[in-house]
Amino acid sequence: MAVTKPVVVVGASMAGLRVAEALRRFGYTGPITAIGDEPHAPYNRPPLSKEVLAGDEVSHATVAFPQRAATADVGWVLGNRAESADLLHQTVTAADGSVFEYSTLIAATGLRPKRQTYPNNLMAGRHVIRTLDDAIGLRAALGPGVRVVVLGAGFVGCETAATARKLGADVTIVAPGAVPIGRILGSELASEIQRRQEAEGVQFRMKRTVTDLIGESKIEGVLLDDGSELPCDVFIEAIGSHCNTEWLSDNDIDITDGVLTDSNLRAVKTSGGVWDNVFAIGDVAKFPNELFDGLARRVEHWNIPTESGKHVGQLVALQHTNTPEAAAQLSELMSKKFQPVPSFWSDQFDTHLLAFGLLALADEHKLVQGELSGDCVFEYYRSGKLVGAAGIGMRSVVQGYRNAFTA
Amino acid sequence: MTIKIDVDMTKCQHYGQCVFEAPNIFRLNSDDKLEYTAEADDSELANVEAAIDVCPMQAIFIVD
Repeated sequence: MAVTKPVVVVGASMAGLRVAEALRRFGYTGPITAIGDEPHAPYNRPPLSKEVLAGDEVSHATVAFPQRAATADVGWVLGNRAESADLLHQTVTAADGSVFEYSTLIAATGLRPKRQTYPNNLMAGRHVIRTLDDAIGLRAALGPGVRVVVLGAGFVGCETAATARKLGADVTIVAPGAVPIGRILGSELASEIQRRQEAEGVQFRMKRTVTDLIGESKIEGVLLDDGSELPCDVFIEAIGSHCNTEWLSDNDIDITDGVLTDSNLRAVKTSGGVWDNVFAIGDVAKFPNELFDGLARRVEHWNIPTESGKHVGQLVALQHTNTPEAAAQLSELMSKKFQPVPSFWSDQFDTHLLAFGLLALADEHKLVQGELSGDCVFEYYRSGKLVGAAGIGMRSVVQGYRNAFTA
Repeated sequence: MTIKIDVDMTKCQHYGQCVFEAPNIFRLNSDDKLEYTAEADDSELANVEAAIDVCPMQAIFIVD
């Protein structure tokens, strides 16, 4: 009997875990191998910039996902990075030289933070926040009176700033935009987020950027593009992410921004058609979503790794089941396509934001309930069609929008 | 057979994502706070596991 090649999942984070669980749930009994570059088993990232960073104890146990019996036999290969893949010969080669043959390949390698390069490119005192180890390192550097500069005013920057402030640090956010998170939330809600942060003592230097770091062996300050200087002990870069897709280079696949897939998350061939046994899930999947416009885009929201992992896990399990029933179920699943409603939330001090949809697509938004200074709900439209909704508080109202998007 | 469900209310931020996955178990009350049924029939297991998966705070547990 021929040895069955495993389903190989590259990336051992939330998406990797969810796809493995779904493979088992939908009846795939063959081998699964999951390769991850971090030394830790899959864990939950959102608390890293909030509860974990604010807590006294930062450890893997506080954020680890529970492991279920069904996935106990997944072969986790941790602390080993996939270096290359050969899609024609169905192999992945890891950093330590080991070669993994696969029947199906699932790319779930996620993102890494962008880093700036400065003339005085000091690293001591400099942080990003993406991994558990990042959070552990940053937590040790924060405390009362520590002077923190956060570069970037997106969700990660704003949440990290709020947490650092709650720990007693003096916090300044520096960012090139006019208002924090403005591109997504729109100017009114974004200005309100800034006002609330300022009321808690966070300072903003908007429409500014950092042009250099000041100090000899460690960061003592940052230089802004208007020539002013900010004293700084802890410099946090929160300026977005790169996709971890280099390992897929030199294949018939489009990795210009994530992994381009079809509406069932199968990798698209640059030569035309799709790979029937190569999928992308989570932050790296650049997929069309017909709930909106069918244009392929990556969606860096927390619900996407889970939803894409479940879709692909079911799909691959059915592909590996040779029965007429499975073929019919596969056909039905693929005709439904992957059409998730993106969802995100953010906690900054006592402000709890919840949103559904793709707010960044909007050309128009309006307050529909409540008051900006208190709890409120905004709707977001593109060419008159609802593309998103967001609220501060008013959870039940915002939840009502989850099923409001139709193709 | 039944399953027992526990929510760590010190972790729960009342995002209500669980409500969509297991509407028979989880709901937001009129103050937008999470309420849940602590014991349910086995037939709810898959829904509760889905709710566990989508909880941003990972605050939901099945108690053995």
